[in-house]
This record gives sequence, structure tokens and C-alpha cells, in this order.
Amino acid sequence: MSEPPEAIVVRDLRKAYGTHEAVRGIDFSVARGEVFGLLGPNGAGKTTTVEVLEGYRARDGGEVAVLGLDPESRPRALREQVGIVLQSSGMYRFLSVREALAHWASLYPHPRGVEEVIALCGLEDKAGARIRTLSGGQARRLDLALALVGDPELIFLDEPTTGFDPAARRQAWDAIRGLRALGKTVLLTTHYLDEAQQHCDRVAIVKNGRILAIGAPAELGVGAATRAQVSWRDADGRAHQREVDDPTALVHELTSAALARGGTVAELTVRRPSLEDVYLQLTGDDAADQPVQAVARV
Amino acid sequence: MSDVALTWRQYRLERRLFWRNPSAAFFGFVFPLLLLGLLGAIFASSQSDLNRVIPFVAATSIMATTFSALAMSLTVLREQGVLKRMRGTPLPSAGYLAALGASAVTNALLQVAVVVVAGKLVFGVGWPADWLELVVFTLAGVACLAALGVAWSHVIPNVDAAPAFSNAVFLPVVAISGIVYGGDAGSGSALGDIARAFPLVHLADGLHGAMVTGTSLSDNAGDLAVILVWLVVGVVLAVRGFSWGAKLG
Repeated sequence: MSEPPEAIVVRDLRKAYGTHEAVRGIDFSVARGEVFGLLGPNGAGKTTTVEVLEGYRARDGGEVAVLGLDPESRPRALREQVGIVLQSSGMYRFLSVREALAHWASLYPHPRGVEEVIALCGLEDKAGARIRTLSGGQARRLDLALALVGDPELIFLDEPTTGFDPAARRQAWDAIRGLRALGKTVLLTTHYLDEAQQHCDRVAIVKNGRILAIGAPAELGVGAATRAQVSWRDADGRAHQREVDDPTALVHELTSAALARGGTVAELTVRRPSLEDVYLQLTGDDAADQPVQAVARV
Repeated sequence: MSDVALTWRQYRLERRLFWRNPSAAFFGFVFPLLLLGLLGAIFASSQSDLNRVIPFVAATSIMATTFSALAMSLTVLREQGVLKRMRGTPLPSAGYLAALGASAVTNALLQVAVVVVAGKLVFGVGWPADWLELVVFTLAGVACLAALGVAWSHVIPNVDAAPAFSNAVFLPVVAISGIVYGGDAGSGSALGDIARAFPLVHLADGLHGAMVTGTSLSDNAGDLAVILVWLVVGVVLAVRGFSWGAKLG
């Protein structure tokens, strides 16, 4: 059986709850081995989109293929290849972490080792503890571990690092990067734009049920506001800020002048628009609710 | 892995979870035994009273371990998101529900066995006079009350309300059934008619016939019919209202 090249293909996906159109025609695809992020404000339609792909919700319109299968009928072959971290979901509170993972592993045809997954998710110290005694962050790491223990090809992560301290956050991203190294595909939603910029191969910015921009995080910055922002403090202590297409000449001018007089350029920074700038520009209240053609790439 | 193998794994997990959870183990197991000891002590002076009371305890135990236990545990599992999580695994949905139900049935069968043995050894009731009738009524009662428990969980809005909703049915039904059970008391009265509309008193009558008098199945066919009607109603409502996700709001 030849594997389809795309892990996820979504064409004109639509979903309404009553009269509220949560998803209003979304198109994107995720290649195998890619880490893809869905970004957007609360209520943008991210979770609805993910839940359609996970098989939890029936769509109203459009076409969806996940690993070449239609998730709506929840085929067993798909459930065996997909790991899911929901935004929130309960767990058997009276089991230990190790028992829970062993049980989950037994439900999958080719699971990963339980101890390996415990280490991967940083739960070594809690492996024997009852789940009811875990902190919020530890429970979230267990969610990730339960999603990974079946050795899925595709992993859905809905807000996977919410509530993590910085160390746990780094560990979770290490685990996600490890998945990519294994050739797994990851579709995640997050509010943390810096993390998305750093760890996602591509992102889509979603608002009001539509995709406003899609592409590699660095590319998205290039389209809308390409100019670099150079700021510094001059010899008299006055702050300056200038926007230029290419900062090379300006920076050279500033630094050579400073070196010539044997001084420094105080507080010199060159800043490119980050994903966060693009995001805020696109999703702000006054932003047009239309795709940005310059950067839209499906 | 076959569906049966996965379902069996889940069943074994459910059994382990049951004994791990102190309150579940208490209400599902110790409470009915407590009832048995209490009522047994109260009616200890009269063998005919004991013969009446012991089958009623068996019926009540079935209701506690199936109806009440499933109504509460399914609400908790649904609202906490465990159902949704399980639905994302390769375990078939039907297999998961079968494992949940089978665990409740196991408790019910254990209870009936304990009541039968205690009835013989402690309360002088004797071994069941009609084993076939005992099996038929036990299975019908278990299936009926389990289905109704699942159906009732659909009505319960959240975890905090689960014990109240469950007891709001369990306690009144046990009380009025106890009044009209095994005699003409309350017959013709509104309360008696209400009690006889519910399956519990019919289950108790059937178990009484099986355990004590040995009246044949055909003598208790009316009781069995009421239980089976409730079984059908329970299954339809259990399936129709089922939700894997938490209720909104």
C-alpha cells in the first residue's frame, strides 16, 4: 500500500453550530514529517478544525483526508495511527502513571516502550504515583505521553504546553522535535507565538473560521511588513528609531562612526517583524477579516 | 488484536479501578452488605420476615450496583473527558461500553451471590428453590437497571449533581417498593400503583419466588414482563441520548 504524500488534506472545510459558523471554508494541507501550527484567538475555529480531523465532530461541508482516510467514520486503522492530546480531558485518577501508559500501550498494535515514553515526557519521578496526585503540568505531560505511547504517525496537540513552567515547556518541545526527527507529523494549536515561530515548520493564522495567512513563520513576516526596525541611542543619549528595507548600510554607518570616535553604539538593535507582529496585525480588532493575499500560500 | 481481546483488557482495567476507588468500592459493595446485616438483624426474630427481606435486599443490591453506579460513573467519565479520550483510542466504542457495563454486572452478580450464600448460612433462608428462575430474574434485572442507569446519566447535568440525581431515584423507589413488596399493602392506592410501575418491586417478587417459595417462572411472568418492558425503554433511551463529550454549560 503506497502512503499518500500528505498527512492531512483539508479542502473548503465548513462547520456550523446552529447559526454560528465556526469554520467557514478552510483549506490547508500538512506534509508528512511536518510540524504544523494553527494559531488564532479564542473562538477562531482552531479546536473545531482539529476535532473534525480527529473524528470527534462531523463536518458540514468540504473534504478531509487524514493519512488518506476520512476521519468522520472513525476507522480503526486511523485510530491506531493517530495520537491525540485534547485541550482538556480526564483520566483514571486511581491508576499510576506507569499503569495507565501500560494499558494504553496494550491498545495499540506497535506501541513504544512505556519506560521510554515516561522518560521522553519527563515523568520518571512520577511513574509510580497515582494520577490524582499529579500537578496540572504533570497531568498535561501525561496527556502527551498517552498520545505518544501508541507510536502514532500523526499527533494532534491542542494547546499542548498551556500551564507549563519554562522547563516543562522546553522538555515538551524537545519531545515534539524528537517526533519530527522520527518522521512523524504534528498538528498543533497554540497561543504561544514565540514557540510557534521557533518550532513549527509552517503555521496558519485562523480567525473567524477562515485562514488569514499560511506559510513558514519567517515567510509570514516578510509579506506584510518587510522593513527592518533599527533603533539605537546616539552619543548624546537620544533614542533613535528608523525603518529601512535593508539595515546593512545604516548599521555600517552607525558602527563605523562609533568606532572612529572610539565609542560604541548604545542599545543598537535590529528587529524584523516577528510572527507575533504579523499575528497581531492580522487578528487585531481593526484588522480586515480577509486573507492577506500577499502572504497566503496554501 | 481482536475487539474481544481489547474489550477484555478494558474490563480488567475497570475491575482494578473499582477496587482502587474507596467510595466506589464502598457504595458498590459494602453498602448492600450493610443493608443485609441491618435488615437481617431487625427481622431476625421471624423467619417468614427474613424470607421476605432477603430477596428484597438482593434486588436493591442489583439496583445499587447497576442503576446508581452507572448513572454516577458515566456522568463523571463523560464530564471529566475520559469518555472522549477513550474514543480516540483503537478500543472500539462498543467494546469500551461493554467493559464498563460488564464491570457493573460483575458487581451485581457478586452481590446476589453473597446475599444468597448469607441467606442460607446466616439467615436460614435455605438454598434457592428455583435456580433457573433466579438466573433469569437476576439477568433481566441487571440488564434492565443497567440500561436505565446509563439512560439516567444523560439527564444528570454535571458531576456535582450526580449523587443527588442518582439518589433522587434510588431512595424513593426503594422506599415505596419496600412498602408494597410482598403483600397487598398499598394496593389500589396511588403510591402502590406508582411503586408497581417501577421494575424494582417486580424484581424483588421474582427473586422471592426463586429464592424462597419456588413458584415457577410462569407464576411470575407478569413481573418478568414489566422488567422486560423497562429493559426495552432503558436500552432505547440509553442509546438515543448518549454523548461522548461533556455537556455544554
